[in-house]
Amino acid sequence: MSEHQDDYQHKIEELEHASVTAAKLFDIRRIIGGLFTVYGVIVTIAGITASDAAIRKAQGININLWTGLGMLILGLLFLLWVRLSPPPPPPPPEELLQESSGSGSGE
Amino acid sequence: MRYLADGLRLPTNALDYSILAIYFVVVLGIGFAARRSVKTSLDFFLSGRSLPAWVTGLAFVAANLGATEILGMAANGAQYGAYTVHWYWIGAIPAMVFLGLVMMPFYYGSKVRSVPEFLLHRYDKSAHLLSSILFACAAILIAGVNLYALAIVVEALLGWPQWVAICVAGFFVLIYITIGGLSSAIYNEVLQFFVILAALIPLTVVGLKRVGGVSGLTDKLDATHGANFTSAWGGTGIGDPNPLGANWLTIVLGLGFVLSFGYWTTNFAEVQRALSAKNLSAAQRTPLIAAFPKIFIPFIVMVPGLIAAALVPKIGTSGSNLTYNDAIPLLMQDLLPNGVLGIAVTGLLAAFMAGMAANVSSFNTVFTNDIWGAYIQKDRPDSYYVRFGRIITVIGVMASIGTAFLASSFGNIMAYLQTLFSFFNVPMFVVFIIGMFWKRTSTKAGFWGLLSGTVAAMINYFWFYKRHVISIPSDQGANFVSAIVAFVTGAVVMVIVSAFTQPKPAEELAGLVYGTTSPGMAEPPAKGDDAWYRRPALLGWTALVLAALCYIPFSL
Repeated sequence: MSEHQDDYQHKIEELEHASVTAAKLFDIRRIIGGLFTVYGVIVTIAGITASDAAIRKAQGININLWTGLGMLILGLLFLLWVRLSPPPPPPPPEELLQESSGSGSGE
Repeated sequence: MRYLADGLRLPTNALDYSILAIYFVVVLGIGFAARRSVKTSLDFFLSGRSLPAWVTGLAFVAANLGATEILGMAANGAQYGAYTVHWYWIGAIPAMVFLGLVMMPFYYGSKVRSVPEFLLHRYDKSAHLLSSILFACAAILIAGVNLYALAIVVEALLGWPQWVAICVAGFFVLIYITIGGLSSAIYNEVLQFFVILAALIPLTVVGLKRVGGVSGLTDKLDATHGANFTSAWGGTGIGDPNPLGANWLTIVLGLGFVLSFGYWTTNFAEVQRALSAKNLSAAQRTPLIAAFPKIFIPFIVMVPGLIAAALVPKIGTSGSNLTYNDAIPLLMQDLLPNGVLGIAVTGLLAAFMAGMAANVSSFNTVFTNDIWGAYIQKDRPDSYYVRFGRIITVIGVMASIGTAFLASSFGNIMAYLQTLFSFFNVPMFVVFIIGMFWKRTSTKAGFWGLLSGTVAAMINYFWFYKRHVISIPSDQGANFVSAIVAFVTGAVVMVIVSAFTQPKPAEELAGLVYGTTSPGMAEPPAKGDDAWYRRPALLGWTALVLAALCYIPFSL
């Protein structure tokens, strides 16, 4: 391995240690769960109150009702997933440093 | 040139607009909430290499679900019929599996931040700079085409003037990427993926009911378009005329091997998603997880195209005022009631923004790290590059708004850009694949392979095809041939140049060539990554078998 390569890989490792994304980035599952629950409720209500014309347009299927229920279930499943496996608390930076220095010699 | 017919105005109401408004609020919210996770340049450009595999995997597939994909593949379905499945099962899945199983250890393990940076270490600065500049230009042009496509769709469906749609969409993408960086782009892509599914699944279900189910659809198409229209391989013998203008050999070699591998394995807008994964296992699984939804996307994109062809058999010809691109908007207008219609409009806009954001977020990374940081302002403090990255994002979005207006002044820019795309990706792929598997390849071979491949594809397209020196029946068929020509020319030039120049010393190739590993690269698997269902080889081979099985109903 050349010195040049060593150099930039070292720089990336330093940046990885200084990075705060893992520690501070929120959990996208909550957003997906929340948005789909809201959409699910809105579209389901549109399905319950669907006019005959709307059902006729969708070839006799109450598509709002089914899509709404589907989105609602997806949203709730995401929220349940967050509940069942909450995001792990990020390890403190010192621990990260030790982990990565220990891994190099392993194999 | 008209892309969409007049008279497709959707009967949207306040309910649909509320659904759209909620979506835009959430998109901005993600951008602002991701802001606090940006401290270093690695956070801004690669999410600190910290995301889980399912997030990067869904972002990987969503980044590809842009304008050309949804409207374009539905249009292909309406025009060429079931041949469209080749773009998925032979033209995507094998390349995605190859990226995950074979190439990702080199990309992720060598700790490069971009695809051009890999070329810097494998070859030299000239190959690096040339590929960076080619990629930056292509990314801006493609982002502009996505914006312009969005504008014409919004104009036809909602009645907004084109410039309003271009500026509104550009503004939202600008805000959420400038503030939240790649994390914000990727999170939005994951959300977009689900919204796009929620838009296209109901459309397909109602559409199938309209034409009498799958058997009704095939019966109708057999009667109006002939039996080959619903078959994947019927009429693709060498010398047989078919609407695609390609035979099984050009499909397998041109689309399945060269074009597809070029796009999926060396296009940084895709590979960037995998590089932001939290460890090597997650990076390998990114394209493999993406492969599974990709296998099933033709059922909700191509099938609406087939349904449109069954409902309006003359679509796209002079017998109808509808173009092929109208397939999905037509079904939306005819079949979806308010509510689901709002979801469908939101899904389309989400798709266009995903396609644009993927290009903008990969452009700012390459421009900052590979052009500005490498050759113009070296060795500045890290915070300088974060600031520069934000500024160049603004400039990049402005430039794509410019190329969007530029695109609107050209006739058939969409088809041309797909062709240009194949010019840029295929030569990159040759240079990669040969450099990765043949360690004798010399440093100079990279630059000359890249240059000669690009030029050869252009000569084939503009000279041999456009001037009718050889006869190829369609643009798509010509793209396949250009790809093969670029690949062969690039490969031959690289072999010749390598034969006459010095190879790179073996110790500088560690971790960059097949059969070597970077020292310190082998990391122990993270907790839980050794579970059987997370094994990359198992995921990859399952995807390949599933894609092959999908061909069966279309081949009988």
